[in-house]
Amino acid sequence: MTLDLGDLGLDEGAHLLIKRALARDPTVTVRGSSATLGIDLPAWARAQGHSVSAHGGTFVLSRGPDRWSGAERAGAVGAPEARAPAHWGLAARGALVERGAPELDLPLSTRSEVWADEAARLYAQAAAAQWDPATAIPWDAPIDHPDEVEDAVVQVMTYLIENETAALLVPARFLGRIHPHFREVMQLLAIQAADEARHIEIFTRRAHLRRDVLGLSTAGGQASLASLFEEPDFAIASFLLSVLGEGSFLSLLWFLREHAPDQCTREVARFSAQDEARHVAFGLAHLQRHVTEDPQLRERLAAAIGRRHASLAHTAGLNAEVFDALILLAAGSWDPAALRRGHAAVVDLQRAMDDGRKQRLSRLGFAPDQAAALSALHTRNFM
Amino acid sequence: MAKQLVLGAVAYDAKVVPIWEGFKAYFEAAGLPFDYILFSNYERQVEAHLRGEVDVAWNSPLAWLEAERAAIKRGRTAEAIAMRDTDCDLTSVVLVKADGQVRETADLRGKRIGVGADDSPQATLIPLLALAEAGVEGAVVRHDVLPGKHGDHIGGERDAVKALLAGTVDAACVIDGNRLAFTREGLFGPSALRVILQTAPYDHCNFTVLDGGPSSIGRFRELLLAMSYEDPRVRPLLDMEGLKVWKPGRTSGYALLERAIDRYKTIEPWLAQLS
Repeated sequence: MTLDLGDLGLDEGAHLLIKRALARDPTVTVRGSSATLGIDLPAWARAQGHSVSAHGGTFVLSRGPDRWSGAERAGAVGAPEARAPAHWGLAARGALVERGAPELDLPLSTRSEVWADEAARLYAQAAAAQWDPATAIPWDAPIDHPDEVEDAVVQVMTYLIENETAALLVPARFLGRIHPHFREVMQLLAIQAADEARHIEIFTRRAHLRRDVLGLSTAGGQASLASLFEEPDFAIASFLLSVLGEGSFLSLLWFLREHAPDQCTREVARFSAQDEARHVAFGLAHLQRHVTEDPQLRERLAAAIGRRHASLAHTAGLNAEVFDALILLAAGSWDPAALRRGHAAVVDLQRAMDDGRKQRLSRLGFAPDQAAALSALHTRNFM
Repeated sequence: MAKQLVLGAVAYDAKVVPIWEGFKAYFEAAGLPFDYILFSNYERQVEAHLRGEVDVAWNSPLAWLEAERAAIKRGRTAEAIAMRDTDCDLTSVVLVKADGQVRETADLRGKRIGVGADDSPQATLIPLLALAEAGVEGAVVRHDVLPGKHGDHIGGERDAVKALLAGTVDAACVIDGNRLAFTREGLFGPSALRVILQTAPYDHCNFTVLDGGPSSIGRFRELLLAMSYEDPRVRPLLDMEGLKVWKPGRTSGYALLERAIDRYKTIEPWLAQLS
């Protein structure tokens, strides 16, 4: 084919026209009136590996070696492949990937390990539901409960911060190991980490509203969270954190939304519970899929609960201060009748947590008696 | 262990290390024991080659002529066994300001001519020869970046163009491809400078061997010529070294530089001091 560049020079973008022509035809005759065409065209062609010969005022270019020979498409943009090879690396799903790209260490690279069909929907929902802690929470709402009830609120917030820190770090650690081909899962875990960052912010701010020091952090509570933090298996970590831990936390946040003594704390609980519900939904969705494809996973999950229970057997579980703080917080005063109500509410909370765990375990295919036994082995620290 | 083939190269930039490490891995994987020695300047490399400390040298065009003439002086022969596709048929251009007083080559007579490093074939010796053969000689203003490296570093040419733009010289000499590269960098706009002279084509680097070298040189050349840009394992090496295809060496493209070094006696002092 013949290409007339007019007066457009190679120092003004003419190479785009030449590249386009060479992509269509291996030999292209080029002419033009740019003053430096005779200098620039051979120099450009030489650098690109195209051969060039001059014939009077025209140049004949023959296409050189092709960088894109053997390039591979990284699946289809709409849906992931069953397995994402390491050499697709960070390429966008559906991109044409040049051969020879570095192979990244992304061990979570199969659809069965990480994927959930709900991931895209949950991500979109999460992106739409982001809220601004500065304006969403009524930070100036009155706090007129007794000082010791405020101390109980601060203790519960201290406990929540510690647990949400684990809930941020655990998915964040897996985020760097998931093949980005599973884009929606990567996005969902990223926004989940951002959710937890916001929860840590609002719990801290609530604790700090009336107090300069925070509450207690126990060795037993941290041991429970450490066993989550150190879990190397994505399915097991999701199971322990999202399905059991965050699932139990949902009950706790609903409890606070109902029983907290001030509007600010109730709203803090309400907003964070909305986010946590999504985290639980994703954990359940991808594990349901995973269990369907690999029925033996159920036994591994059950074994993981047992192992964790054994490893935490020597610890105190939920610290007494948190338990007592929940009672006082729900009571709202030292009045014996109020304390009785608070105590009953906390007992109900634990029953609700147990019911929720059993229900989620049954959705993963555990029989009712096995679900009951496994729920009973869940960490006494709730998370 | 089989004897390694030793290559000499000049370290004109830090990227030279990964380039030759990559080639070493490629040759070793193909069963050719290979190592390399880096030199800080071409003259030291040619001397080491003459002493047999390297078997093959990756030479600039000036270093090729140094090796060839030194070999002849000793009754030996030098051969260019391979070169890059991008080493063939380069030209240099002399740039002036588009809106300046220099309208044609003759107007440069007696003017300040910005060139690259003293020993740069492409940015100094060949364009100065072309001007001289057109009857133009002026005050040469050198922009030495890394002397001894024969202008391999692009910095000298860039500095010459900057001087032209700043008005401290009246012309600047660069390789044809660098004129385009500098416009891409935004160093000057398409209409800011004008080409007032283009030299005839000339060739650039080659792999040089001397007579009496090891037989593994043949295998080295075979492996080089077999490198395919479509092979993703070697493509990064070819990209780093700036080529798509290795070609058999030729020496027909050094006539301009020969005339230039004869005219300016560029290598005579070095050649004379060789024992």
